[in-house]
Amino acid sequence: MNTGAFIVIAIVTLSAAMAAATLRKLMHAALSFALAVIGIAAFFFLIGAEFVGLALVFIYIGAVAVLIVFTILLTRRDVQRDRGLNWSGVPIAASVFAGLTWSILNTQSTAIVAPHIRALTVKQIGQTLMTTYVWPMQCVGLLLTAALIGALLLVIEEKP
Amino acid sequence: MTPTLQVFLIVSAALFSIGLLAALSRRHAIFILIGIEMMLAAANLNFIAFWRFGPQHQPPVGVMIALFSIAIAAAEAAVGLAIVIAVYRHYRSTNVDEFNQLRG
Repeated sequence: MNTGAFIVIAIVTLSAAMAAATLRKLMHAALSFALAVIGIAAFFFLIGAEFVGLALVFIYIGAVAVLIVFTILLTRRDVQRDRGLNWSGVPIAASVFAGLTWSILNTQSTAIVAPHIRALTVKQIGQTLMTTYVWPMQCVGLLLTAALIGALLLVIEEKP
Repeated sequence: MTPTLQVFLIVSAALFSIGLLAALSRRHAIFILIGIEMMLAAANLNFIAFWRFGPQHQPPVGVMIALFSIAIAAAEAAVGLAIVIAVYRHYRSTNVDEFNQLRG
């Protein structure tokens, strides 16, 4: 695993995430969120989970980011009323980060390098999905259908 | 020196904290959803990192959990944004401070 690539991806991902959390304009924040997702997918590629990285890019940028942009455009009327960051959330987030980092650094078994493994092929993933995980996959399909119908019912126009 | 599991976990913790910051401190409903999505993506990064650095089992469990988690995050985003649009139609606003009654 390449240390230089890791550092570059980490800097890009974290600064894009910070921009998404702090930028005042919604559209800029949505695009920064898309950039942060690309950074996470790059981590997946670096670590050897190419299929999950591609799935992340397709679903998060192809579906979620586009949905966010559509919602921004549909609720455009009060774009200027956002007062930006409310500073009371900063100490909570900072203390959560400090606590997580402290516990990660104090766990000895996490200071390991990656073992050498054979690459995970898409065929293996597909076979696992269709044998061991076939019922969870059906449940996810049902959940997605229910979410689609629920979202449609929520936004449907009510006739008076 | 190659990256250890620790640095992946720390990057993931930083991403989670930034998502928490966005979810806690913004007043716009869409920003809160972006923060929640970022926290879910940080959890996915943790799953994949633990899968890669841990002992290898034959069904790649970490990859499967990450795939299911991505699918559920997509469903959550669809329903969340539908709620944002429905509430916007009622209040003509997306500022969560102004949503102060449940009665339709």
